[in-house]
Parts: sequence; structure tokens; C-alpha cells
Amino acid sequence: MKKRILITVCALLVLALVLGLCQAVLMPKYRENPEGALIGEYYAEAGEHDVLFVGDCEVYESIIPAVLWEEYGISSYVRGSGQQLVWHSYYLLREMLEKETPKAVVFNVLALKYGEPQSEAFNRMTLDGMQWSSSKVQAIRASMTEDEQFLDYVFPLLRFHSRITELKGEDFRYAFSEPPAVSHSGYLMQTGVAPMSAELADIEGARLSDYTLPKTAMDYLERMRLLCEEKGAELILMKAPTNSWAYWWYEEWEEQIVSYAEQNGLRYYNFIPLCGEIGIDWSRDTYDGGVHLNVYGAEKLTSYFGEILQSEHGIADRRADTELSERWQGRVERYHTDKENREGEK
Amino acid sequence: MLFTSYGFIAFLCLLFVAYYFVPKRWQWGLLLAASYIFYAFAGWQCLIFIAVTTVSAYAVARLMARMAGRESDYLAAHRDSMDKEARKAYKAKAKKRRFGVLLCGLVLNFGILAVLKYTAFAVFNLNSALTAFGAEPLGIPDLLLPMGISFYIFQTMGYLIDVYRGKTQAEENFFRLALFVSFFPQLVQGPISRHGDLAAQLYAPHAFDARGFTYGLQRILWGYFKKLVIADRVLVAMQTMLDTPDGYRGVYVILLILLYSVQIYADFTGGIDITVGVAQCLGIRLAENFDHPFSSRSTKEYWRRWHITMGSWFTDYVFYPLSVTRPMMKLSKWSRRVLGNTVGKRIPVYLATIVTWFLTGLWHGAGWNFIVWGLLNCAVILVSQELEPLYARFRVKFPRLTASSPYGGFMAVRTFLLMGLFRSLDCYRDVGLTFRLWGSMLTVWNWGELGSGMMSLGLTLADWIILAGGVLTVAVVSRLTMRMDIRERLYDRPVLSWVLCGGLLLAILLFGAYGVGYDASQFIYNQF
Repeated sequence: MKKRILITVCALLVLALVLGLCQAVLMPKYRENPEGALIGEYYAEAGEHDVLFVGDCEVYESIIPAVLWEEYGISSYVRGSGQQLVWHSYYLLREMLEKETPKAVVFNVLALKYGEPQSEAFNRMTLDGMQWSSSKVQAIRASMTEDEQFLDYVFPLLRFHSRITELKGEDFRYAFSEPPAVSHSGYLMQTGVAPMSAELADIEGARLSDYTLPKTAMDYLERMRLLCEEKGAELILMKAPTNSWAYWWYEEWEEQIVSYAEQNGLRYYNFIPLCGEIGIDWSRDTYDGGVHLNVYGAEKLTSYFGEILQSEHGIADRRADTELSERWQGRVERYHTDKENREGEK
Repeated sequence: MLFTSYGFIAFLCLLFVAYYFVPKRWQWGLLLAASYIFYAFAGWQCLIFIAVTTVSAYAVARLMARMAGRESDYLAAHRDSMDKEARKAYKAKAKKRRFGVLLCGLVLNFGILAVLKYTAFAVFNLNSALTAFGAEPLGIPDLLLPMGISFYIFQTMGYLIDVYRGKTQAEENFFRLALFVSFFPQLVQGPISRHGDLAAQLYAPHAFDARGFTYGLQRILWGYFKKLVIADRVLVAMQTMLDTPDGYRGVYVILLILLYSVQIYADFTGGIDITVGVAQCLGIRLAENFDHPFSSRSTKEYWRRWHITMGSWFTDYVFYPLSVTRPMMKLSKWSRRVLGNTVGKRIPVYLATIVTWFLTGLWHGAGWNFIVWGLLNCAVILVSQELEPLYARFRVKFPRLTASSPYGGFMAVRTFLLMGLFRSLDCYRDVGLTFRLWGSMLTVWNWGELGSGMMSLGLTLADWIILAGGVLTVAVVSRLTMRMDIRERLYDRPVLSWVLCGGLLLAILLFGAYGVGYDASQFIYNQF
């Protein structure tokens, strides 16, 4: 009997090991869809930022921390992922504020239009990268779509087992080692240029039946505000520039955000009407027909916003901090090298 | 609560722990509670129907038992005053009274089943007649069909008939009967157990038996392998063909027949493996529902090996009783007189067979496709029976050939294909369409496009390879189980046992068609 128990214990250990190996191989490495790798890259830089940006694609493709450092000496990080919903942002922020104490938190307001979980794929891209904590558990609970199961997050093998038929070399290469970072402190570089076609340029977004921003979303914004207040960080709201009917920012939404910001003494920057002042050229500064900025547009917006952050919000120039400066110098160099390489590939 | 859901696995884990930790006299009570909790997940309304069946079965069985007791007492008290004839007359009268009570129970419960399951079908057919005469069609009602209702009603009515026949004792404890009716592993898709086989096991105390528990877990694992790796993967390709059946003619019909045979086998036997395995973990042995059906050499043999408990239910509770009813006996006499002994004696048997198969078809579903399926099976069985003398002569003339393995293989393949062909009625769900597509197997010659066509059915080459590997594994294991009890052999080789079971678990986790991205399907027999 003792022998049988021993064999059972050993067999269970071996089984757990094999399952662990399989899971490591099967987890997506997000090389072709780098958006899924963004969230996990934060941990390598956690703890040294004065400004944290949170939000969806409008943030991680619009704000470049390397430029903020190079031009203003602002140490920042963008914690965003594809279709990152407000509750994702809230829990990501909560997690970050346990690791560091920034002066300001900037939240992009586009995601406030969503009051319900939207897509399992985007959930996974946001949540899989988070390290386990109570924030992650609550983020999962808040985000799951009808088809999702909490257990699939605990044992991602149960979710990604179907990848067994589509494994690539990178799945084995990075099963037990960190893959190279795809972002620049959370910024995902896009160097392509694809302006919106002339015939679509004047089209406005379709009219909606209800413009009220969902209560769930506004509740999480409020929680984000209270959290920042508790941690002594200033919450700033922003709306990244867009020029597409497909992702229209409605006046009715704008009014609600302005009203919320006024009621709570928050600063809100809608960069859409400021595009001219920023110098955004929609024939050159977008890679997808005006939905998102490319690196050229993002550099202009970052420069413009960096000035605001420093002058209006008192974010300090940290370039005198040698240790921090050295680290940032490396990141800035990597940013420029990457940009040059991508431009060279075109 | 699907058998393939995480919730069910968690439910099982909790139940197994609680079952062996509570005092043994509470075990059956715990099973009853667990069964009702399990069933409540199918919808609270379902509980009402199972409760009605339980209450009515309890009342009818108790009443019949009390009447039988009184009859015995009366006969004992009047032993001296009644002659043989008087006793016989009294018994016949008493039996008739008990039959009346039984009939109430049967009518109520089969009535519930008929209303819930067949009203829409009846109205649909009535509408066809009404519209033919230019009348306004009736609205088709959308009635609730409680999960596993055909299974638990058949099992419970079998119990009532057994009590009436004196084959089993009427249950005195209402809650014990409630457990017999609702025992959760078999609620989903059977097997249809007999009270005499199951009841005592349900109520008996069970000490933890490591061997039995291990066997149960292995059986559950094997069931999940069949269901998740094979059945649910095949479903993707089948669904593609069934969405636009007219676009998949000729060779695709053959492919569908083969795939559906694989799917229904893996799905149904997989589900039964899980059911039997769960029961075995609880120390309860359920009746086996399958005995290597695809090795059958004839349709008759196939039906002795496939869905055994349903087949034996219809034989014991429909075919035999129907064969000895008074009208049938009269028919027998009449046919013998008019048609002669040889032909005449067959008429009532054939009539009972046709009725039994008609009802078997109807049991499977409310649709003409199921009825036609049942009657086709019946036709093949009757024709085979008629041709039996011819076969016998053939066997005598070619003894070596008919005893050879290739001939046996040929017979098995023939039966497999025939059963598969009939089963496609279940897939297409339309008799006209099915016959048309059967015809296309002879008229549309598109064998050349099969290779590329298979890749456009929603399965990749890797999926087909996994599927082939799964089917091969099941075939090999099935072959082995014909010769030995694999689990018995493995129990004394724990390392090998762990390697195989670990491999099986890994195969399920890695190759199973489950989770987000796969459309988790119900077990096919859930709907019956």
C-alpha cells in the first residue's frame, strides 16, 4: 500500500510538471499580435515613474515615454492594451499603485463608452500579462464574458490547449525565457502611414440611440479617482486625437466627461480639437486611416502633452538623477534604433 | 450542469469527499440531495415533473402492493371455503383491479411524456392536414422538455410494471424511491436501470474501496476522452455539412455517415462511461449499455449490443406483453386458421415487432425521421429473419468461408454501414432530404474532391490526424476489452497504469475540443 501511495504521489508530481511544461509552451507569446505582450512588460520597469498612462490603444499608440524623457525628463509608463476597458484600467492602476507612487495618472476616456465585457480575446490580452494579485483576481471577475470561466485564467492550458496544432518555434524558444520587449515603456510603435481616404474623411459617426455613458464605466472612473486621491496622485483625463467616423467621439460624451471633470476638480484634455495646434497632419500622422496615430503623430502629441504635464501639473525634470537617467538613456536609444530600423524596412 | 463542465467536476469532487465522510447510513440521503441539486441546474421547473413522476409512482406502487397484500390475506383466510375455480376467478379479478391502478400510473406518466415531447410534432402534422384543406394552421406550442425525461419515466414505469408483475417489491420509503428515480449520473442519458438491479445498491452503505474508485475514475477519464477528443471534434465537420446538406452530396454523404457513426458512438458511449464511472466511484454498479456494437454481424446482434438497456426495456415491457395481449392472441388464431400455421404464427410476432420499433423510433424523437429509422431497422430485422433458412443453408454449404475472420469482418462492416446509413436520418432530420441524399451516393461521383473537401469542413489536417489517432486508440482499446479486463490488468501495474492514465488525461487536456473557441455540445442522448 505504501508503495502504491508513493507511486501515486510521484505520478501526480510528474503529471503536474508535464502539464506545467505544456502550459508554458502553449501560452501565446504574442509576437505577431504584440498588443497581448504589453501588459506583462511593465514589471521590468515598475517603481520609477512620475506619470502613469492607462487606457486602450489610443494611449499605447499615442504617448511615447521615451520622448517624454528625452524632451522633458519625465519618467513615465503607458499601461494599456487593446480594447482595455475601464475596469481593466482600474485594476491595472491599483496594481501599479501598490508598486509605485506617481505624481500623476493619465486616463484616456474612450473606453468609458463600454459598460459590458466585450471580447474574450482582448480580455486575455490584458489579463494574462498581469501578475497574480487580488487586483488580477478582481479584474478577471469584472471582465469575464459569458463564455469565460475563472478556472481558464488560473490554468491557461485549459484555454490555450487548442494552440497545440499551431505551435511555432517562438512558442518553445520563449516558453521559459522572457521574449524581447515589443514596446517602449508601454508604447507600441507604428511607423506605417495610411491616411483616411478623401471620400471617407468628411463622414461623421453614426447617430446612437443613447449617448449616456454606461453607469458601470462611470463607477469605475469614480473608483479610479478615489484611488488616485488615496495614493496622492493627480488624476488627469485625456482623449487622444482621432479622425475617423469609425471611432467617433460624440459631443454628448464629451459633455458628460467635461461635467464629471468639473464636478471633481479634474483636468481633462480633449486633443481632437487641438490637432491643428499640436501639428497633427492626418495625411501623414496616422497608420490606419485616422483611427490611431503613427509614431510621427505620437511624437507630436507627446511633445505637446509633455509641455502641459510639466508646466501645468508640475511634473519634475528628473534628468539630473544619474541612475534613472542612465536607465532612460538606454530606453531612448533603443526607441530611436527601433524607429530607424523600421523606417529602413519600409 | 453539463458532464463536460468544470462545475460538474467540482460537484463530483465535493460529492465523493462528502459521500465517504458522512456516516454510511446517510449516504443514500446525500445521493438524493445531490441528484436533486444536479437536476435543479437543468431548471427548477424540471423538478416539478420529476416530483410528479416520483409521487405518482410511489402512490401507485404502494397501492398495488397493498392490494396484493389484501388479496393474499383474503385467499389465506378463505383457503378452505374457496375451490380452485373460485380462487382463480378471485385472482383474475384482483389482478384486473391492480392493472387498473397500474394503468393510471402509466397513463399519467406516459401522458406527461407524450404531451411534453410530442405535442409540437402532433400539431405540426395536424397543420399539414389543415393547410391541405385550406384551414388556418394552429400555433405550434413550445413546451418545456425536462432533461432526461424519457429515461427517468421509462425507468420508473419499468419499476411500476415490475411491482405489478411481482418481480420487485414496492418501495416503502418515499425518499428511497425518489433516489431510484432521480439518481443523477443516469439522469442525463441512461442507462435505463431496473429496480431489482439498482435499488438495493443505492440504499446500501458503501465503504471506500480504492480499487473500485480507481476503476471508476479510469472509466470517467475514458469517457471524457471519447467525448472531448473524438465526438466534439467530429461535430465541427458534421455541422458544416449539415448546415447546407444539399451542398454536400455523393461522397460527402458517405463521409457524413462514417463521421456520424464515429460521433454518436464516442458521444453516447463516452457519456455512459462517465455515468458508469461516477456510479462506480460511489460503489454502485450500473447496467452496461454497450457491448462492442460495431463488431455486430447482423442488425439483430447490433441491437443486442447497442443501447442495451433501452432495447431490453422495449422487449420486456412492450414486445412481450403486446405479443400476449388478448387481441394479439385472437389475431394469432385467426391468421393461423386463414393463412396456415407457417405464415399465420408469424403475423402477431411481426405486428408486435413493428409496433415495438415504431415506438422505439418515436422514443428517440418526435419526428418522422425517427419513425422511419425505427421501421427501417424493423424491416431489416424481419427480412433477415425470413432469410435465415437461406443463410443457414449458405453456412452449411460454405462452412470454412462463413467461419473465417474475413467473412466475419465483412459481415461486421456491412452491419456497420447499414446502421450508419439508417442513422443518417437522425442527422438530416428530414426523410425526403435523406432519401434524396442517399440517392446522390449513386448518382453524384465526386470522389476526386474528397481530399480537398475534407479540409474545408472546419477541421485542419492536424484535427483530422488527432481524430484518426483518437479513433484508432478507441478501436484498439475496444478490441482489447473483448479479450481482457484492462483495468484489472493495470491495477497490479501501478506505474504502467499511471503512465496510461496520465497520457489519457494529457490527451484530453491538449487535444480535447472544449473551452472558449469550441462550441461545447450537449451529449446527443440528452435530448431523448
